[in-house]
Amino acid sequence: MIMGGGELPGLLVDEIGGIHGILHGHVALLKKHFYLITMKEFLENRKHMSKKVQAIYLWWHKPIIDRELLQSLPNLKVIANSGVGMDHLDLKLVASFGVKMANAPYAVSSSTADTGMALLLASARRLVEGYHVAISPGMEYCEADLLGVEVTGATLGIIGMGSIGYKIALRAKAFEMNILYHNRTRRKEQEEQAVGATYCEKIDSLLQQADFVMVVVSLTPQTHKLIGKREMELMKPTATLINISRGAVVDQEALVTALQTGVIRAAALDVTYPEPLPRLPSLLISQKPCQSPTRGRRHPCSRQGGICQRQPHHRLWRREIIHC
Amino acid sequence: MFRSKAFSLLKLIPLMPGQSNLAYKYIHPAIASHGHRCHRRSMDYRQGYKTCPRSAEGQTISTPQTKVMAEEELPGVLILDIGGTHGVLENLAPLLKKHFRLITMKEFLENKKEMSKKIQSVFVFECRPTVDRELLESLPNLKVIGNSGVGVDHLDLKMISNFGVKVTNTPHAVADSTADIGMALMLASARRLVEGCQIAVSPDTKCFAVDWLGVEVTRATLGIVGMGSIGYKVAQRARAFNMRILYHNRNRRRKEEEEAVGAHYCEKMEDLLQQSDFVMLVVNLTPETHKLIGKKELGLMKPTATLINISRGAVIDQDALVEALQNKVIRAAALDVTYPEPLPRDHPLLKLNNIIITPHIGTATVQAIRMMAEEAIANMLAVLNGQPIPSEVFPK
Repeated sequence: MIMGGGELPGLLVDEIGGIHGILHGHVALLKKHFYLITMKEFLENRKHMSKKVQAIYLWWHKPIIDRELLQSLPNLKVIANSGVGMDHLDLKLVASFGVKMANAPYAVSSSTADTGMALLLASARRLVEGYHVAISPGMEYCEADLLGVEVTGATLGIIGMGSIGYKIALRAKAFEMNILYHNRTRRKEQEEQAVGATYCEKIDSLLQQADFVMVVVSLTPQTHKLIGKREMELMKPTATLINISRGAVVDQEALVTALQTGVIRAAALDVTYPEPLPRLPSLLISQKPCQSPTRGRRHPCSRQGGICQRQPHHRLWRREIIHC
Repeated sequence: MFRSKAFSLLKLIPLMPGQSNLAYKYIHPAIASHGHRCHRRSMDYRQGYKTCPRSAEGQTISTPQTKVMAEEELPGVLILDIGGTHGVLENLAPLLKKHFRLITMKEFLENKKEMSKKIQSVFVFECRPTVDRELLESLPNLKVIGNSGVGVDHLDLKMISNFGVKVTNTPHAVADSTADIGMALMLASARRLVEGCQIAVSPDTKCFAVDWLGVEVTRATLGIVGMGSIGYKVAQRARAFNMRILYHNRNRRRKEEEEAVGAHYCEKMEDLLQQSDFVMLVVNLTPETHKLIGKKELGLMKPTATLINISRGAVIDQDALVEALQNKVIRAAALDVTYPEPLPRDHPLLKLNNIIITPHIGTATVQAIRMMAEEAIANMLAVLNGQPIPSEVFPK
């Protein structure tokens, strides 16, 4: 949107390039509509820059939005998050400054659902272990002693049936999985029927029946440590826990214990708290298939007030592992 | 259930510079081998064959009722061993014992004279025991070789047929888990799951780079080479990821079958190779499919494409694949099968970072192994009882 005098609105970003910054390939897209201001430029020339900033583009949760920053941007109108999770933002604080917030739910849903399925399959079939057995220099045999568990026909319990959860159900259905789901609100009957999903009003019922439990909720005070010792003990000992939400939805200490003592068969995490996990001095990788978590997907722009252009071949993928 | 005994024999050895992150030393228990080379797949019997899966996709395989007989009266089935590195899984033995008198290779060799007449069937599990002329000549009452698994490229079908012995396989039991492994490999490769795992566990990792990217699976184009039962199940799964599906097959599928999965037929494999983001090989190994994917075919693929092989290693020209991956002619490969299995430890494929190799785990689930045994048993009993045979395999 061209403003008077041909000036584009100022967009504050953390940095461009490097291992943390906005991808170079996205810069042209942003510059089409905004005057890009990095944090460095802003801090070096606050007086001049502060009035220009009308929008902030969050890339991997940066820049950090605090009261000080909000106070120094008198013309700020919107904070756009490239991603769907907003747990890193103090929504109340931002709203109190009269600033709007937007996330990018459409862009993330397919690739995040794909991630969930990738982790489910990799964990069930012990793919990572198998890889290491296959390429290890010490191997004399290549006996397929890596018996995994069947995915086709198994029961998948989806906790959180929003856009992403529903896309997982669509994918899982093609594997003839029996789908249970637990959600704040029940989905419409046609939606349930389209994926063959059965509603579990009580999460316990889902946990007790599922061979695979996939957590697809947003992080809120209500979902913090949603899956703890009690929930894991309700799960089958042959079950797998997959988390593609936020690390803090799972009680990590309880998870370590559960995996070490065989309370559940395995876990596959795309997210942990923090990210990355601290490196222990002696890294132990147990033979229980503790899978690596992976970081979800990114999209170059937000829906609100801008263009939404899919980058078809690039999605972020990060990993973490729980030390078992 | 789990082959935990064997798995617990994997000892984690400390990392050394230049080694991959995890190194295992496989300490295999001493087992009685019948003297044949421990070679997983034999290339000597690359023969054409046609399968005759009698039953439709939905038919359940039920083991025919055998009246309760004394063990000695049951037909003898020869197996390599129970348990151990290459033997039949322990929990399958009771299944077999319900209908057969189990005779291990060791027992057979120790008492050939008596045992040879009793053996009416051979249960081939993970390609063992090797069925050669010598064995066939020593089993005068042999009627059927029941293979656990669908691929029979390790069996000399012509030679076996000359002895008047039938061969059966297990196409139904393997289809779901093999299709699942194909999807698992495609997703793992596209999203760089294994690489990421290494980053995750590495002691050197301090933070994660945000410019570390994979390629999208949803809405990408999948080219399936070989649209039999397994290929079709792959298509069914891929469709749920909104993938555009192309396929190449000896015969075109019926229109309704194509429409059900949204698959487009490519009469020329070249067309499929040029358009696909993911190429999945789901053919059986025959003289026609040997080195089906070579330098020319790899050159036709997109440089951003991924090759997935869940057929047999020999369907790909491995030297050409090494070159293609080294020179980034294609983006990556994911193989559940190689030739040989395992690859020699100094093979260049093991050194590449744009490849995932798994040790032939296409049907390595508790459930699939059991189903394969049940299907093989049903086939063998059908032959012995003179009933219609669900899955007989004929030499071409």
